[in-house]
Amino acid sequence: MKRETVAKTEADTDEALGHNPYSRPMSLHIRFGIVNLDKPSGPSSHEVVAWVKRMLELKHAGHGGTLDA
Amino acid sequence: MLPLAFEGATKVVQAFLLSGKEYVCLMQLHEDMAEQRIRDAFAEFAGEIFQRPPLRASVKRTVRRRTIYSLDILEIDGRRVLFKVSCQAGTYVRKICSDLGEVLGCGAHMSELRRTRAGPFDEDRNLCSMYDLLNAYDHWKIGKGEEEFRAIVRPMEEAFEFIPKIYIRDSAVDAICHGADLAVPGVVKLDQGVATNASIVLMSLKAEVVALAKALMSTEQIVEQDHGIAAKTVRVIMPPGTYPPLWKKT
Repeated sequence: MKRETVAKTEADTDEALGHNPYSRPMSLHIRFGIVNLDKPSGPSSHEVVAWVKRMLELKHAGHGGTLDA
Repeated sequence: MLPLAFEGATKVVQAFLLSGKEYVCLMQLHEDMAEQRIRDAFAEFAGEIFQRPPLRASVKRTVRRRTIYSLDILEIDGRRVLFKVSCQAGTYVRKICSDLGEVLGCGAHMSELRRTRAGPFDEDRNLCSMYDLLNAYDHWKIGKGEEEFRAIVRPMEEAFEFIPKIYIRDSAVDAICHGADLAVPGVVKLDQGVATNASIVLMSLKAEVVALAKALMSTEQIVEQDHGIAAKTVRVIMPPGTYPPLWKKT
């Protein structure tokens, strides 16, 4: 589903500020990234997050909620 | 599958915790049961159900009302029933299985569960293994390029594909990053289908997520009006200072 966008006014954006999401430098891309992970069924979500965080040298990482089992 | 979000994107995933989930579940019946009786019992569980969270639960164990959007049997093999369920957040599938066992009178338990969708994250989109992820990261680290990593780790903006967006002026961005609400003059363009009180996303003109918000006007009203508050900022995603502050300081 693609939404129609309507214009209210015209304005430019300063290319020196911020980044298009697909051209963020890697240092920023990794800090604002999401991954759709095929979680192995053994370890808990919490453990998986901890491993990924350590291996990718991230300060924080979160997961999309517990499996409501 | 498990959606993961890194650092600045972690707030994005929180926004989807309350969205619907879809699972494929394998249920084990404790006695043989006629197939038609199983199908009849399943039919009772579609729609609104009352559910008390199981003994080992992460929430208070009071009876809650939950909506089951769909419940479809995929396969019945003796005492094993494979089914697909689409449900409201906070529905315990383990409990659906044991309650189905009660209704059938034979008892049943959940033996396997796999989430196939959580909000906008589903199994068909960029699903990767832990191995793929770490490999891609290592390849980038040793100078083999970043394309592999970028194909797996996606910009957080992709999580909002189905949510209506309002695009705002550069000059409005930093005020929003500091928690201000969005006034109509800050709007440059917007999606059709913005409705009063609906969850929306405020975006920069470079299509970066600035904040999650609640619309206070519809698309039509925002286009027609020349003043007033268009949306209330709910959760800021972009770090303040990404764009310069341009509002008047007193």
